Parts: sequence; structure tokens; C-alpha cells
Amino acid sequence: MVQNRPFFTVLVHLTLILGVLVVALPIYVTFIASTQAPSDVLRAPIPMTMGDRLVENYSGVLGRGSMQASSGPVAPMMLNSLIMALGIAIGKIAISLLSAFAIVYFRFPGRMLAFWTIFITLMLPVEVRILPTYEVMATLGLLNSYTGLIVPLIASATATFLFRQFFMTVPDELVEAARVDAAGPLRFFWDILLPLSRTNIAALFVILFIYGWNQYLWPLLITTDQSMYTIVMAIQRMVVAADNEPEWHFITAVAILALIPPVVVVVLMQRLFVKGLVETEK
Amino acid sequence: MEKRVVFRHRWLPYALLAPQLAITLVFFIWPAAQALWQSMLVQDAFGLSVRFVWFDNFTYLFGNREYLHSIRVTAVFSLGVALLGLVVALLLAAMADHAIRGAVVYKTLLIWPYAVAPAIAGVLWLFLFNPSVGIVAWWLQGIGIDWNHKISGNQAMLLVIIAAAWKQVSYNFLFFLAGMQAIPRSLIEAAAIDCAGPGKRFFTIVFPLLSPTTFFLIVVNIVYAFFDTFGIIHAVTRGGPAQATNIMVYKVFSDGFIGLNLGSSAAQSVVLMAIVVTLTVVQFRFVERRVQYG
Repeated sequence: MVQNRPFFTVLVHLTLILGVLVVALPIYVTFIASTQAPSDVLRAPIPMTMGDRLVENYSGVLGRGSMQASSGPVAPMMLNSLIMALGIAIGKIAISLLSAFAIVYFRFPGRMLAFWTIFITLMLPVEVRILPTYEVMATLGLLNSYTGLIVPLIASATATFLFRQFFMTVPDELVEAARVDAAGPLRFFWDILLPLSRTNIAALFVILFIYGWNQYLWPLLITTDQSMYTIVMAIQRMVVAADNEPEWHFITAVAILALIPPVVVVVLMQRLFVKGLVETEK
Repeated sequence: MEKRVVFRHRWLPYALLAPQLAITLVFFIWPAAQALWQSMLVQDAFGLSVRFVWFDNFTYLFGNREYLHSIRVTAVFSLGVALLGLVVALLLAAMADHAIRGAVVYKTLLIWPYAVAPAIAGVLWLFLFNPSVGIVAWWLQGIGIDWNHKISGNQAMLLVIIAAAWKQVSYNFLFFLAGMQAIPRSLIEAAAIDCAGPGKRFFTIVFPLLSPTTFFLIVVNIVYAFFDTFGIIHAVTRGGPAQATNIMVYKVFSDGFIGLNLGSSAAQSVVLMAIVVTLTVVQFRFVERRVQYG
């Protein structure tokens, strides 16, 4: 603060509190609705204080799923989402570390070609090549499998660039020292480079976990078997429950369950999250 | 910039690059090439024969009223999302920059929507605005506005814009706040000594100095609105009512997967690819500038 202006300070806090409230409103109302009995949710206006069916609704959603949309239990979907998110995060980090290491620490024919091939993936999000990618998946027999959910999404220009930038800042003296001690490239990578990259890896992991958990179009395309659904893509099936009024007390509970893991990750690892966010955009 | 000291090895670098390159070729380059090729083919109604037609699919696309409508819808949608998301985030960041007490708490409470999936954000707002049970729809009724996004195209558009911008505010907020905190305090203090109030300081010093961040965020927000909002449209409106929210990315999906119009969907994919490439180039050129002067 540069100046002391009491009136202005009050205004600042009022605006911020209003902002926080508007941002939180959807979650609050949704959570409240997810603790109500079905009949209470269907009557406008819905109550603004918690109902008494918290445990009942959530255990119903996790174990049994919605009745009308016959969606199946949500617990296995959350497990699928978790496997997918972890697979994507770990896979992306692993292959990006390796390729960034190759590009920065070696000179070899085709180096620039490899660099540009990776760079191009930045420009080709799934959304712009939906049908042909689906055909590739079908040909390879990867529909309805974890491999299909994870592997195609782990190529990443962003992560490769991040590690490339970071490796560039690692002092050359470390390589020289390693060579004096007769350590080969893999030994250097494992014993020196990886420990130095720890913070970057953690920051990237937070971002990629959220990215993986929140995938929507990809699981929608390649899963037709209910046992492979992820929670984020399954929710639209419950919303579009034909003819009937959607079962809002169930859907709201599913929405809360779907957003808790990534939100908890962001709130608990805020520092790493901000670091990851800022660095992946550089 | 290159490393001075490097390792020498005949095959190791290729082995290290192999997984990344294999995935890129199989799942990115090959499908993209396929999309380019298919965009010049026409398939008959039964999928029995295929004809090579050069650029007919594109000519058809840009003469097609539905597609032109979709371009307009996308323009309105992405401008709406970018504008709403940026203005709200800028206001909140400017306020948070002033707040000494509770700054960290405000930050935590404002950034978490970033973690919510677009589709889930869509469902949350769909519930708030649901004509029969939604609390906001009920409030609106109280002040005489009849809300039904299943009938009114404008209201549906407004709903998806709000849902998409809500999620993006946290991202913009973080970058604006970081940008403001990087502005030297001495400049602001000098202005304060010259009797410039907070409003004047903001518009004559802070906002102009933020322009690199603002340009960067405009590009990022447009990319977001173009490509990452598929989940919102699919979960909330499915492009309706009467195509009112049928943005281009959603149209590729619905024409290709539901309408099974192979050539047209591929041509639309190619148009989208051209847009991403343009936006990426703009973003990179700009980022270079930011690094030099920022």
C-alpha cells in the first residue's frame, strides 16, 4: 500500500469479498443440493442450508450410481480418472525428461528435425483431428483400454520445452566434473540432472495431474464400455437423462466428487501449482 | 543458446527420443496428415466409394450458411469469454494488489476454479440457471426476467460464456497479479506524491505497464475459448438451441461423429488447425518480445 486511504481500503476488501463469493457460489449451491432429499431439490427455490442426506447421497452415488440414467456406480469411474491422471502426468514427465536430455546434451544428425517434430504437437490439439485419431485408435485396438486413455496424450511439447529451458541453466561445469569422474551420460542424468530437476518435476506434476483428470473429449471418443468411463466425461450422461427431469441431488454429488481431487491438489500445493502454471506458459 | 559441453554417443540420443517421437508420429502427425488428405475426399452416402475433389469441401464449407453461422457463434463466444474473464480478473487483481491483509487468503480463494474441468464448470452453472430448479433462474424470475436457455439462443450463449469465463478468471487473475507485483513500487509512489489517486495511478501507470501480460492473456484466452471449451458446450447445450451455441470445435465433432460427414469434418479440422497454428505463432512472437523488454 502506497497511501493510507481508509475508505478505499474498505472498498478493496468489499470488492474482493464479493469476487470470492461469486466465484464460490456455484460450488456452494451445488454442494448444498447434493445433501438434500430428491424432492427438496426439485422445488424452487432450493434450500440454502445443508440437508441431512450427505452420507446417504454420496454413498449412493459412489456405490450404486444414479437410478434413472442407469449410470453405474461412480467409485470405479473415479478410479479410472485417477489411473488416467497419474498415467498421463508420470508418462509425460518421463518421456519429456528423456527427450529434453537428448536434445540439450547431445549433438547428432536429425536433432533439429526431432525438435521441430515435437514442437508441432503443440499445434495439434485433439479437438482439431478428432476423426483420424479415432481411426488410428480403432486400428490399433486401443479403444476401451487404459493404454488408449493414456498413451496418446503423453506426447508433450510444453513439458519438453520446460525441461529444455531448465537444462540450459544447469552449469556446464557439472558435466565436466561428471566426465572427469568417468560418469557416462545416463549416470549424469540419473545422479545429477534428475535431483536438480526435482522442483520442476513436482510443479509440472501438479499441472499435468489436473490436465489428465479433467480430460473430457478423449475419454468420450474412445470409451464405449461403462467400466472404462471417467467421472468427468460420465457426468454429461446423467445430465442428459432423457425425458425425465435429471436427478439433481445425484448429479450435484457427482460434480462435487469430480472436482474435489484436482481442487484439493491446487489448494494444498498452491506454490508448486503457481510455479508450474507460470513456467509452462513461458 | 547451445551447450558448450556435450556427451558423445552413437545411438543413445535416438533411443532417448524414441518414445516421444513414436507417440508424436502415430497419434499427432499421422492423424493430422490424414485429416489433410480426407479434407479433399468426398464419400458417397453409403461409404462405398471415395472421390478426390481437391478443394471442393472447403469451397462448400465457406458457402455453407450453417458453417458461416458457426464461425459467427465462435467469434461471439470467444470474445465474450475473453472479455468477461479478463475484465473481472483485472479488477480483482488490482484490488488484491492493494490489499495487505488477507492477500494470500484471497488468492487461494480465487484460484481454485482453475482446477475444475470445463464440463464440470458447465454442469455447475447449468444447475444454477436451470429454469425449473436453479437458484439464479429463480432470482431472475423475481426481477421479471424469464430465464430459459433451452428456448432462448441468447440466454444459452450467455450461460456458456459465464461458465467458461468463471473457470478462466482464476488463471487471468494469477497472471495479472504477478504482472502488477513486478511493477516497481517507486513508480507508483512517485505518482502518489504527485497526488494521483488509485484510479488515476491504475490507468496511467499500472495498466499501460501491464500491456504485455494483457496481450499474452488475450491470446491464451482465445485459444482456451476455441479449443478447451468443448466440454462446456457438450455438457450444457449440445450446440443448441437451434445452433445458437454450435462453436466450430463442437461442429467438427457433431458433423464427424454424429453426422458421419467425413470430408466436411476433415475440412473443418484443417480450418481449425490453421487457426491454432496462427494463434501459436502470434503467441510465440509475442512471448519473445516479452522476454526482451519485460
